[in-house]
Amino acid sequence: MIARADPRIRVVSALLAVAAVSQLRTLPVSAAAFALAILLVIIAGADRRLWRRMLHVEGFMLLLFVTLPFTMQGPVVATLGPLAASSTGMERAALIALKVSASVLTLSALIGDIDPARLGATLHALRVPERFNRLFVMTARYVSLIRDEARRLSESMRARGFRPGSNRHTWRSYGHLVGMVLVRALDRAERVEEAMLCRGYAGRYPYAVLPALLRRDWMLFASVVACGILILAMDRL
Amino acid sequence: MAHIPDGILSAPVLIGGGVIAAAGVGLGLRHLDDRLIPRAGILAAAIFVGSLISVPVGPSSVHLLLTGLMGIMLGVVTFPAVLVVLLLQTLLFGFGGLTTLGVNTVNIALPGVVFAALLGPAIRDAGNATKRAVLAGLVGALSVAGTGLLVAASLALSSSDYTPVASVLIATYVPLMIGEAFITAAIVGFLARVQPDALRPAAS
Repeated sequence: MIARADPRIRVVSALLAVAAVSQLRTLPVSAAAFALAILLVIIAGADRRLWRRMLHVEGFMLLLFVTLPFTMQGPVVATLGPLAASSTGMERAALIALKVSASVLTLSALIGDIDPARLGATLHALRVPERFNRLFVMTARYVSLIRDEARRLSESMRARGFRPGSNRHTWRSYGHLVGMVLVRALDRAERVEEAMLCRGYAGRYPYAVLPALLRRDWMLFASVVACGILILAMDRL
Repeated sequence: MAHIPDGILSAPVLIGGGVIAAAGVGLGLRHLDDRLIPRAGILAAAIFVGSLISVPVGPSSVHLLLTGLMGIMLGVVTFPAVLVVLLLQTLLFGFGGLTTLGVNTVNIALPGVVFAALLGPAIRDAGNATKRAVLAGLVGALSVAGTGLLVAASLALSSSDYTPVASVLIATYVPLMIGEAFITAAIVGFLARVQPDALRPAAS
């Protein structure tokens, strides 16, 4: 149902949903938001990559989870040597974990699988400035191509016996790898620009026309907004 | 490494970050001539690909930010280029955040733009390779340190409960600073030998 929904509706709904989740302050409502997000993922059809995404935690997030119980004042529930874990700190860590996970799940359910070819048209329809959008479309198109090029270069490094380690030789080799990728990217940019001019590029992309919004698109939008308002109201009351 | 996800920062920090990011992106777009769009877009893609390499530093491994390099090669266009990369990561991989796009753009792009503007001219005019490598390494390391400080500030400004974490946060950026310094120096040295024009933000 979500996969067939209009990409404009999906982007705007995702933004509103995560904005609502990010403002939650109480643990039970955050848990409810997390449950709603899981429901959304189930409706959207879970993806194997999703669980890898959930496990990907930024370094500073880990630091936050580990230190919050010990640095916040409150009733002590456990001690670890000289450190005392407070219940307020643990609640705070749980709150953040729930909110961040709910946001990640919501994002991947709503916008995780938007067709890259339609992203430009989607942003265009959402009134994103034209120049920015052109830059975005250009980058989006060439990431996978350049990624393949970088993969070929690093394969040939490995074929010549390169073993990465924590030493200056590795860092210099990676520097040369990235440098080579950049030089090729610049050459490619020149060719692409010439090809675009040859075909009469005059500062505008012809974007794909997105189909009109259907009733099920508006229903998706309305239900996401309703859930957002509901959890915010429950949180503040 | 520096992406703050949705659900952590307070509304004033999110809005403030959004406003500063909008100013930076607007400035960048004004400098982005139509003819420079393919170059800037494909460079942003290449730098994004470069940041996917996992680089061993000591016992850990890091993913490069390459924002110092971006600042040297793109100037203020770094702001829109970083926003494009962050938006791509969010839309295509569901990684990063939507409400934090503004804050993350400022945290990641601003130090690179500032240090490249300060040290970039000296890097382009450097007479010998050693001086150039040292300056480029400095831009790389300082940009990472600046990003670390801005991430810490975003957290500390959001809630006083985060302050203890924010104050030790910068320590987690030390391995990245080391890797970034050496690799930025190598990349800039390589480009200076192979294609010196690449180190000029406005060249087309």
